[in-house]
Parts: sequence; structure tokens; C-alpha cells
Amino acid sequence: MSVGAMKDQWYPVGLISGVTEEGRDSLLLGEPIRIFLDGGTPAVTGEGERPLPVELRYGHVWTCPGTPTRPLFDIPEADQLGRRLVDVGVCRVRCSPLRAVENFLDIAHFPFVHTDILGSEPHTEVTRYEVGIREDVDEVWATKVQFFQPQAAKSAEGGITTDYMYRVCAPTCSVLYKTSPPMPGEWDVIALFVQPLTETLCDVWPWMALYDDDASMTDLIHFQQLIFVQDRSVLENQLPALLPLDPGMEIPTRADLTSVAYRRWLKRNGFTYGAQLVAA
Amino acid sequence: MILYDYILSPSCYRVRLMAALLGAEMTSRPVDFHPGREHLSPEMLALNPAGTIPVLTDGSLTLRDSTAMLSYLAAGHDPEWLGEDTPAMRATVAQWLAFSQRLTSSAGAARAHDMLHGPGDIDVLRRAATLALRELEAAISAQRRRGMIFLAGPRPTIADIACFPHVALAPDGGLPLDPYPSIRLWMREIRALDGFIEMPGIHRLHELKPEPGPMPDIRQTRTTRDPKQNA
Repeated sequence: MSVGAMKDQWYPVGLISGVTEEGRDSLLLGEPIRIFLDGGTPAVTGEGERPLPVELRYGHVWTCPGTPTRPLFDIPEADQLGRRLVDVGVCRVRCSPLRAVENFLDIAHFPFVHTDILGSEPHTEVTRYEVGIREDVDEVWATKVQFFQPQAAKSAEGGITTDYMYRVCAPTCSVLYKTSPPMPGEWDVIALFVQPLTETLCDVWPWMALYDDDASMTDLIHFQQLIFVQDRSVLENQLPALLPLDPGMEIPTRADLTSVAYRRWLKRNGFTYGAQLVAA
Repeated sequence: MILYDYILSPSCYRVRLMAALLGAEMTSRPVDFHPGREHLSPEMLALNPAGTIPVLTDGSLTLRDSTAMLSYLAAGHDPEWLGEDTPAMRATVAQWLAFSQRLTSSAGAARAHDMLHGPGDIDVLRRAATLALRELEAAISAQRRRGMIFLAGPRPTIADIACFPHVALAPDGGLPLDPYPSIRLWMREIRALDGFIEMPGIHRLHELKPEPGPMPDIRQTRTTRDPKQNA
């Protein structure tokens, strides 16, 4: 499998706070990498100690195994005063990195996988929403998404209809914006940064920028870990393991519009590491 | 009563599940085990020098072993769960409590390795876990031939609760449960207990929700089956 255009993209490879002098071995798109402190600054090397470019943003160390075609995507909310920035930590999943992102974009599974937290029966309907590719920034955006949730966030008390926006800003990174229960005019930011180890193995690094002055940092971390680990066993059992980009293998419904747009965008950009291109 | 707790820890879940089944009141004090490694902080090490969670405190009592917590909760709320009907039953419970430690150090360590970058040789851990799962499958299978399904007798005890979490979460560590039909039936019985609570990776029995129309009572089916009919 050729790595193709994904080689020139940015990927998270660890928490900035977790980098040590002795370093840690990992993989990126199948290539062995090493993350370590070089004179107190996080550094990343690839095969043959080849130095890789490094960015330190959103609590994580970012690198690119090829030549970056554009700067690391911007999340302006990361710099807004009053937000709590939450490093959730790693969760490894035996699945395609693209499937991890695709699951994050899906709303319809909330009542069945995140029962009584992000959704509940019989409130299972995904109402009509808008999806498009924003050509100026080359990102997938889903807007006007609404869903009834019994406990949308750690700070939520009782059920509310939550507004969502989804954004795919890199092949393995997605950001969702949702109604902030304590600040109804603002959006909470929840990001899923996925490090593709191989085509069927990934390290997922969730990260959040929330308005919540009450919950402890540990509570915020545990809420997100709870949600993500509920998804983990589902992700590990999805077949085929590689995300199909051609129609036929899986039949999308109206609720899957974001997933359809994501797959088209991946194919159009040649982001096929972790994908399957053969039509059924 | 305060439980120093982590939502993803099977050993903490043991205690939460036991308390829920007994209707025992407990305050959860979340510990940032991952990524914060708070269980190794000076405050937590003062509470438990072994650096493990859960820790349970009740007044001046501090418990650092999750199976001891199960005994404490059961003795205080419903001693039936201790399984002390006969000397043999009592010893069987004690034996399964010790066995549950083997599950923690094999299936539990495999899960921590595969999910949270935990240490260890994954092949060695999975081999040890597979041996433990086979032993458990054989024991439950023998119980079923006697018309029972729980580990130490005709009703669930702390032995079942001690073993359940690491077994149910074994697939998280690359150990599928497909080869163990008796284990899967036993897990289903535990998930059907009144007051059962879930944790990430262990789902509730959706199919047991009230349905419109008559539903077969699976407990009825089990208890009325005559084991001699299979002979």
C-alpha cells in the first residue's frame, strides 16, 4: 500500500506533557518514529534518525513524515480566554484511522452505543442537516446538526437538544462544535486527533476546549474517555477493516451524509491509507 | 464510604458493580490514572503504598484490595453474597477470588497494553489469559451440568463479581470470547441481575428491555430445565 498524499499531512504523535528525555518509539503510516526531548524541546525522528518537522499545538506534538503541503490546521477557539483545555490521553484501537474519524462524525449511533448519555431511545431521529466541502480551506463541514441528548456534557443537567457542527480539517483529524451547556451562545470544542500507526491500527488522542468552571479536570478527562471507550469495541469489530471509499460495500442513509462527504473528500485528495478502493 | 475510582478500571468496576447490586451508597472520587498517573502521586501513595486503585475508605478503615472490598460490602449489606453456606462453598469462593488475580495480571494487563500503552509482552500475557479463560470455561461448563451457572453455587457470590469484569473486557486485549460458550451464558446471567450497571466496553442487555407483547422469561427457562434430560 502506498502512503500517497497522506505522507504530506500533519499527525499527532503524543501529548506535549508526556514527552521524556529517554523518548518513546512509535509508528506513523507504518514507519518507525521516535519522540523525545532534545535539549528540553520535543523532537521527532523517522527511519534512520531522519529529523521530521515538529509543531506543538493543542496539547500535542505534531509531525509530518513527508513535506507539509500546508500549515497545521487552525482551531481559533484554542486561544480564547475562559476555555479549559483538556488533554484526554491516548487510546489505542485496532481499526483503520479513517474508520475512527468516520465513527466520530456519526450521530445516529448515540442512542445505541452511548445510551442515556449522548442519546436515548426513542429519540433516535437524525433530522436534516447540511454538509459541504469548503473549497477555500479544503475541509468537510456539517452544520445545523441537532440531536436530543440526556446528558450532552459533564456540565449538562437533564436532557437538551444539542446543536452540533462537524469539521474534518485533516485526513485523520476532526473537530466537533456543540452547544456549551453553561454558555449557550458559545460552542464547546471536542477534537479527535488520530495517529495512524498502520492501516488497521491507530492511537487516538482526544482533546477538548470547553467552557466549564465547575467540573474537575479529572472529571472532564473521564467523561471523554468513557464516551470514546464505548466506541472502541464497535470500531474493532467493523468489517471490512479498511474504510470503503467506493460505493457497494456499505449502503449509506440520509443520516450518513457527513460520512459520504468525508469519503468523497478522502478519495478526491488521494487520502487512501486505511481505505479500500475496490467497488463491490 | 469513598471509592478512589477510575471509570476504565475493571478492578474499580468490580467494586462499583458490587455496590450497585447491593444497593450500597458510595462516593466516587475519580483518580486521574491515565494520562495523569495520579495513582502514583504522594497523596495516593500515602493511602496505598502499592500504588494501585481502587482504594476504599470507610471512616478509619482503608482497603487496598478490590476483592477485600467485595467482602466488606457484602458482609455489611447482604452476607448471602459471601457464599458461606458450607465449608466447601466458602473455600470455593476464596479460590475464585484468588483466581481473579490471575485474570487481572493476564487479561487485565493485555487490555492495558492494547488500549493504554501499558507495559508487558503481549504474547505472554495473552497466553496466560487464555489458560485462565479455558479453566473458567471448564468450571462453568461443569456447573451447568449440575443445573447451575454461578461459580460457587446456585446463586451469584462475590466470586462471580470478582471474575466478571476482566473476563467481559478480555476482547479489549485481543482475546475474543467466541470460543467460550459457558462463559458467555454466565456473563449474560450476571448482566441480567437486578441493579446491574455497565462500564465502557460492557454493555447492558438491551434485549431485556420491556417489549410490547409476551417475552420468554430466560430465568424461568433455566431454573425449570431438568438437568437429567440432557443425560
